[in-house]
Amino acid sequence: MGREVLLGDEAVGLGAVHAGLTGIFGYPGTPSTEIFEFVERIARKRGDIEAHWSTNEKVAYEEALGVSWAGRRALVTMKHVGLNVAADAFMNSAVTGANGGLVLAVADDPGMHSSQNEQDSRYFAKFALIPCFEPRDQQACYDMTRDAYDLSEELGIPVMVRLVTRIAHSRSAVETVSEPRPQNPLEPAKDIRRWTLLPSNARVQYRILVEKQPELLRRAEESPYNVLELRGKRGIIACGITLNYALENLPRDHDWSILAIGQYPVPPEKLRRLVEHVDEVLVLEDGYPFVEEMLRGLFGLGMATVRGRLTGELPRTGELNPDLVRAGMGLPEVATAAQMDTTAASRPPTLCPGCPHTDTYKALNEALEIFTDPQVFSDIGCYTLGALPPLQAIHSCVDMGASISMAAGAAIAGYRPAVAVIGDSTFAHSGMTGLLSAIEQEANVNIVIVDNETVAMTGTQPSAATMETLDRIVLGLGIDPEHFRVITPVPKNHADNVRVFREELEHEGPSVIVARRACIEKIKRHR
Amino acid sequence: MEKNLILAGVGGQGILSIAFVIDNAALDAGYQFKQAEVHGMSQRGGAVQSHLRYADHPIHSDLIPTGRVDMVLSVEPLEVLRYWKTLSPEGWVVSSITPYINIPDYPDMDELLTQLVSFPSVVLVDAGKIAQAAGNLRAQNMATLGAASPLLDFDDEQLLKYVRVLFGAKGEKIVAVNEKAYRYGKAAGQFFRGLIEAGIAPLDAVWLTRRMDPATIDPAQAGRWARLASDKDALAAILEAGSDLDAARVGVPG
Ligand code: SF4
Repeated sequence: MGREVLLGDEAVGLGAVHAGLTGIFGYPGTPSTEIFEFVERIARKRGDIEAHWSTNEKVAYEEALGVSWAGRRALVTMKHVGLNVAADAFMNSAVTGANGGLVLAVADDPGMHSSQNEQDSRYFAKFALIPCFEPRDQQACYDMTRDAYDLSEELGIPVMVRLVTRIAHSRSAVETVSEPRPQNPLEPAKDIRRWTLLPSNARVQYRILVEKQPELLRRAEESPYNVLELRGKRGIIACGITLNYALENLPRDHDWSILAIGQYPVPPEKLRRLVEHVDEVLVLEDGYPFVEEMLRGLFGLGMATVRGRLTGELPRTGELNPDLVRAGMGLPEVATAAQMDTTAASRPPTLCPGCPHTDTYKALNEALEIFTDPQVFSDIGCYTLGALPPLQAIHSCVDMGASISMAAGAAIAGYRPAVAVIGDSTFAHSGMTGLLSAIEQEANVNIVIVDNETVAMTGTQPSAATMETLDRIVLGLGIDPEHFRVITPVPKNHADNVRVFREELEHEGPSVIVARRACIEKIKRHR
Repeated sequence: MEKNLILAGVGGQGILSIAFVIDNAALDAGYQFKQAEVHGMSQRGGAVQSHLRYADHPIHSDLIPTGRVDMVLSVEPLEVLRYWKTLSPEGWVVSSITPYINIPDYPDMDELLTQLVSFPSVVLVDAGKIAQAAGNLRAQNMATLGAASPLLDFDDEQLLKYVRVLFGAKGEKIVAVNEKAYRYGKAAGQFFRGLIEAGIAPLDAVWLTRRMDPATIDPAQAGRWARLASDKDALAAILEAGSDLDAARVGVPG
């Protein structure tokens, strides 16, 4: 046994390594990024694990599926919204099933600390009919990930490990096994019908997946991560990390009956025993009211009163914490020190001093002055901060790549000027296809690609389409070379850059302007 | 035993470095710990915070409940106001008074200080000045940690061991600077508390501590300074004798 201090993310990564991982793939996204980065550091030292950032989550998922197909163990990591991108591969991988152990570690962001929504990935696990683990602490992150691999191979399906921000980015000591499991040998799946989802094969495969469901339920029922403790007449169902919030507020000899859930599907028998035992049950979930809704059904539960996010005891949206759970349990507030009632001026994140995006936006803002109230479509990255004062240069941010396609749609609807601002990595992730469409459709758009040579927001990971690669892609997609411009966003070039923007704004038809200068943070880190 | 800290600051000020030092000291001392941190968007110059808990028994929640916070340890004075309502009635505020101004509506410094000293259990040090004296402005985090250290459950060596681990890769010089910042910060914090305990008005204590040379400030002298400072005219005369404090220090009353 060893002991290591690990973030929840890192504990998942180490669990995978100790489970005999062969390959890890992913796309950076808070709060999931550190899973990959941790394994990557180990991989670099050991040399026998493959760690690759992919261009997007779908590609990452398919690469992991390929490793699984080859009989070896794979981990694929992403944030919750990344799973939307990977959903096609994800859903169908449940139908093909896994050969080598395939684990998807997905980090949800309740409270939207660094995200545009707080969707709950447990619905995806249920949607795909696969098991899902939800750790309550760092130790469980490590243990569950190892168990997930065994389960994946025993049942022949992918398994999800669902994290939330607080567990992903919280650190504690983790006990580790002394004998990591060796990697699987290369043993490709040769069952063509299983892996070729023609309708005739897919129907068979889908039936096999459905027939596995009773076994999934049995596993959940017997899981050491689903713990039922019957005491008094007040009940709690605590999913994942929320168990800690409940226990934090209770003395050791409390009289609440608690069902802790860490493995899905929800174990029906344990749930029934709890509900039959108590008069009322409070459902704690750091995410959507997934279990609560299931429990309540359309007409409520005859036997016990169900409370939670849907009944107002807990807020419907946002992240839970010990205070909210305490209030939900009906316990009195804890006394605090008496201070003057002060509020602190808010301090939102900002672009770093000297950030290239600032110079790009200043030039773009000035170039756009010829229009009344121009709206600029943008995307996801550091440059999204350009929406805030003082720049207020962009006016949309929806999903990866949406800037280009939305600008094209707006242009087609007759909107002028249709400007999109997108980063180099976001362009590689989901912008290329949008640009190809816009070019094919001859949409009158101006695409600004802010090439800072890295994935900056998540910690300067390598970008798949920067510098010459980016230029070749853009030209290869068919942009008219006369309307492919490259500028250097520095203060002394301001007037020139404004002129370039103006010229392209006047052009009827698609144009691409690459604003290229390295991220300051990247230069610092990679010095 | 259980200690719950909120580490506060602005993205880039290195509060995770403070966390690293305390985490490992706690682990060495045989405590359990949990420490929740903020990654991602707010690290770009936004308000950041870390909940750090250690105890001699298992810890449940990664987040500290309101009313159970023992200390708000802040590398930046404005950031204190964001979290101090969660302090327990016995809780402490330990903060640098060096402002990090990257917002247009940053409050007036005098008003901010007046607010901070209204809280009785407070330790305030000028981490910017201390770090500069130690040799690097970036060491403000370690200066603030030093100021907080007497209220933690470790001796200097237990903490400094991990200051060395943390900065080891950056070379001996950086290690030395950060160790110095820690020690200066500790001395300044103790000096400040010494003044308060000797009955000096808190704002005067801030003012006097700030004017001391971080390299030579001596907590043992706090009582004498306090006696002197209670006589405003005498103090002003001494401090005026030389605009620089070393000259003034010559006149430390015996
Ligand atoms: S990390 Fe890089 S891209 Fe992001 S704000 Fe800072 S300099 Fe700009």
